[in-house]
Amino acid sequence: MNHNLPVLVLAFPLLAAFAVNLLGKISKKHVAPWTLASLSLSAVASSWVLMDVLQTGKFTYTVGGWMAPYGIELVLDPLSALMLALVSWVALVATFSALPSIKQEMPGREHLFFSLYLILVSGMMGLVITGDAFNLYVLLEITSITTYGLIAMGKGRAPLSSFNYIIVGTIGACFYLLGVGYLYLLTGTLNMADIASRLPALYESPTAATAFCFLMVGLWIKMAFFPLHGWLPNAYTHAPKGAGVLVAPLMTKVSVFLMIRIIFSIYSPEYAFLGHAGIKNLVVWAAAIAIVCASLLALAQKDFVKMLSYIIVAEVGYLVGGVWLANQQGLTGAIFHVLNDSLMTLCFFVAASAIAYRTGKSRIEDFRGLFKKMPLTMLALCVGALSVVGVPPTCGFFSKWFLLLGGVQAGQWEFVAALIFSSLVNAVLFYRVFEVAFSQPEEGASLELEGSRTLEVPAMMIPPLVVVTVALLAIGLSAGPLVREVIRFAIPSL
Amino acid sequence: MDGWLAEIIGKFNYWVYVVLMMTGFYAMIRKNNLVKKLLGMNIFQTAIILLYISMGSKVGGKIPILDKQQALEGAVQVAGVVNPLPHVLMLTAIVVSVSVTGVALAVVLRIYKEYGTIDEDQILERIGKS
Repeated sequence: MNHNLPVLVLAFPLLAAFAVNLLGKISKKHVAPWTLASLSLSAVASSWVLMDVLQTGKFTYTVGGWMAPYGIELVLDPLSALMLALVSWVALVATFSALPSIKQEMPGREHLFFSLYLILVSGMMGLVITGDAFNLYVLLEITSITTYGLIAMGKGRAPLSSFNYIIVGTIGACFYLLGVGYLYLLTGTLNMADIASRLPALYESPTAATAFCFLMVGLWIKMAFFPLHGWLPNAYTHAPKGAGVLVAPLMTKVSVFLMIRIIFSIYSPEYAFLGHAGIKNLVVWAAAIAIVCASLLALAQKDFVKMLSYIIVAEVGYLVGGVWLANQQGLTGAIFHVLNDSLMTLCFFVAASAIAYRTGKSRIEDFRGLFKKMPLTMLALCVGALSVVGVPPTCGFFSKWFLLLGGVQAGQWEFVAALIFSSLVNAVLFYRVFEVAFSQPEEGASLELEGSRTLEVPAMMIPPLVVVTVALLAIGLSAGPLVREVIRFAIPSL
Repeated sequence: MDGWLAEIIGKFNYWVYVVLMMTGFYAMIRKNNLVKKLLGMNIFQTAIILLYISMGSKVGGKIPILDKQQALEGAVQVAGVVNPLPHVLMLTAIVVSVSVTGVALAVVLRIYKEYGTIDEDQILERIGKS
């Protein structure tokens, strides 16, 4: 394949970011069409790339005609093409919800918000397809800086949460940079494939191990792997709702993908998993502890969005654990769960921003009577909840099933127990929410929504709710073929 | 004792890198003043820049500006020229670090407007009151 699609996928949002900023200054009317058009083009192009890759296999794209290993190359294998499609589609769907909610939250500044938003999307797309370790650092910082900005645009505690994120995020990125530095010291190259071809001879060197540790810890900070998760809950809770719908589903999952990339494309699974079996077990234990602790912390929250943030932290535990189980089932589960979890998180945050749009509330106790007021939103939330608990027709069940099988196969019973425990806690969490939402509003209390007529969200917010709900069910129903036709090819060989 | 001293002097820039990095790390975690945290972050990033520059340098290395004719004829001794790649990478890293600092300062400004202080304890106190 020698067309320019892979680079166009990220060029559309990047160029549109500047157009949105300039034209948005003249009139706010330009913001929505440019944002939606560029993301739709990206989504279509990325699907095309995914089809191509699945049919013809892996290919690399040389940026600017500078040949690798000196130039930067984009690597399109089934896994990165799948992630590219996921990022672009989730971004497109999230935008429908972000547009009205940002218009309400920060009138007059939409063009600033959406130019950052588009740069973030294009940065994430770059992250998943780049084949150059240093380029990856730069893209990691592009996505981080735009996220800091997006979060700081919120009200109240948002700037403080964003500042904490800046400090912790920078430590993470610097650790990654250090890891790359040690790899460069060892191999004299920055291209991932080139490093991978030179590294096996140097596996004995302590520098290789140091670099591996720095890379892993750096990414764990970025993906908020418990106990390095401190920045995430506040940042996601206080962020503008329009930023949450994009950042929450994607950022942590993209970092998990990068971890898979480093283990499989720079190092080898033999090095990471077999060289030091003790470390592998330790990481799976850490993941199990992460899942249990984050679930318990979620149980303690009164704020709906904060509860969701802790669920994300628990899900990161699933993913890290799934990858480090180091068997086919676990990895299938982890990759499948990256897909499912970003859709579930998207579903929750779209619903949360719809509720905030209509009622301005995010505390669970204020959700009284919501089922009557916003039936569609609550229906979507129900499907999302079923999926995160792991009830069969929804997609969450299938990825969790693979993770469980992987845990059993690896004999890591603590991980299996943690998964089941977390499913039960999730059931309790959402039962609590729905119990309040089903109950009738008390007389006089929380009745800014007068009467009992339905107050569904604006037309713009309906497509994301419907699309995500359908996607959660459709992926669940077609889980078998999906794993056979797509995800199996996406799994790096073990 | 001698071996120990030789170890420090021989790899002196790497030792400085570790010390700088730990200084920055300490400031980021321990200091209450948000701007001091930010300074710590900058020291941390500078330490990494020092590490990269150290790997490119060679004892007695020349600056990497080559004569094209000579280079094409293969008359250039690579061992005698400093490796320019880490320097170039660090130019990018400096740009990144400046942008992060810029964003962080803007955020600190917003925090100051919101709470009237940049001391973390006082801010948390004020959040607790409201």
